[in-house]
Amino acid sequence: AGGAYWVDSQQKRYVPVKGDHVIGIVTAKAGDVFKLDVGGSEQASLSYLAFEGATKRNRPNVQVGDLIYGQFLVANKDMEPEMVCIDSSGRSSGMGLIGQDGFLFKVSLGLIRKLLAPKCEIIQELSQLYPFELVLGMNGRIWVKAKTVQQTLIIVNILEACEYMTAEQRKQALAKLSGN
Amino acid sequence: MAGEVKTKLSKNLLRMKFMQRGLDSQTKKLLEEEEKKIISEEHWYLDLPDLKEKESFIIEEKSFMPCEDLLYGRMSFKGFNPEIEKLMIQMNSRCKEEEVEVDDKMEADVSDEEMARRQYETLVGTIGKKFLRKRDQRVLQDEDEDGDSNTRPSKKAKKKFLKPQD
Repeated sequence: AGGAYWVDSQQKRYVPVKGDHVIGIVTAKAGDVFKLDVGGSEQASLSYLAFEGATKRNRPNVQVGDLIYGQFLVANKDMEPEMVCIDSSGRSSGMGLIGQDGFLFKVSLGLIRKLLAPKCEIIQELSQLYPFELVLGMNGRIWVKAKTVQQTLIIVNILEACEYMTAEQRKQALAKLSGN
Repeated sequence: MAGEVKTKLSKNLLRMKFMQRGLDSQTKKLLEEEEKKIISEEHWYLDLPDLKEKESFIIEEKSFMPCEDLLYGRMSFKGFNPEIEKLMIQMNSRCKEEEVEVDDKMEADVSDEEMARRQYETLVGTIGKKFLRKRDQRVLQDEDEDGDSNTRPSKKAKKKFLKPQD
């Protein structure tokens, strides 16, 4: 039907929104609940039962400092945000603990939306360079993992610089890299 | 002497139950109404006209996901993480899959409506039989047997006991 209007603005500060997928850092374990830092004004809570295949006896192996990719179940200005790593049908569909290694960094929210657009040239061009894995959180956090530390850092630098580079500059930079 | 001077009883005393047993029903009602008036006058209320709720056809959505049709956030390239690559294909083709499903529905042998109608008819029939009175049930059975009787004799003939020949 259409008729949707939205205001696109540039901001760095994230406000939790229900349904958004974000990367959170575990800061504390309080009984049956993990506390996650998602870059908002409050820490989000994540129940240990909100993982695929988790039961009271089978707890997920999550430690303080781990990275979690999940979505918001509850997020409004009156309540503490709550996250889950499971979707409505009970499957994890890619959410949960993000593996070891890799590099986490922060960008503006507008860049994330640009990268997640259906036909994003940046992502397409980068995917031609080396094999790597990428997780984009709507809270402005990106996690990258490639085979070597050097490759990882190259991808990180390109993504950070994409904020201010034009398309041509980006293509030049990538051409130099693939030449090397 | 006692009849000349009428002692004045207080209002509270008169309101007590043992004093009211002697009263008529009418006076009782009057007293109740007076009490209600006192109570309702004590309640405060706003002397404003009723506010009408504004009907708004505007739905507020705080997330960006439906606006710009964003992709799924977890990605893997060049086979770095095969599970995530499978996920990417699944997630990102969900939009396209909905279109394909509409076409598939037309190719089924029996359409959904046919299926539903058949099931419903047989279901109604079996449950209807359950609630028939015994006479009707016997009638039904006889009808069934008559219908099958044409085929049965041939079957019955086959099922007769055959004596073993020496």
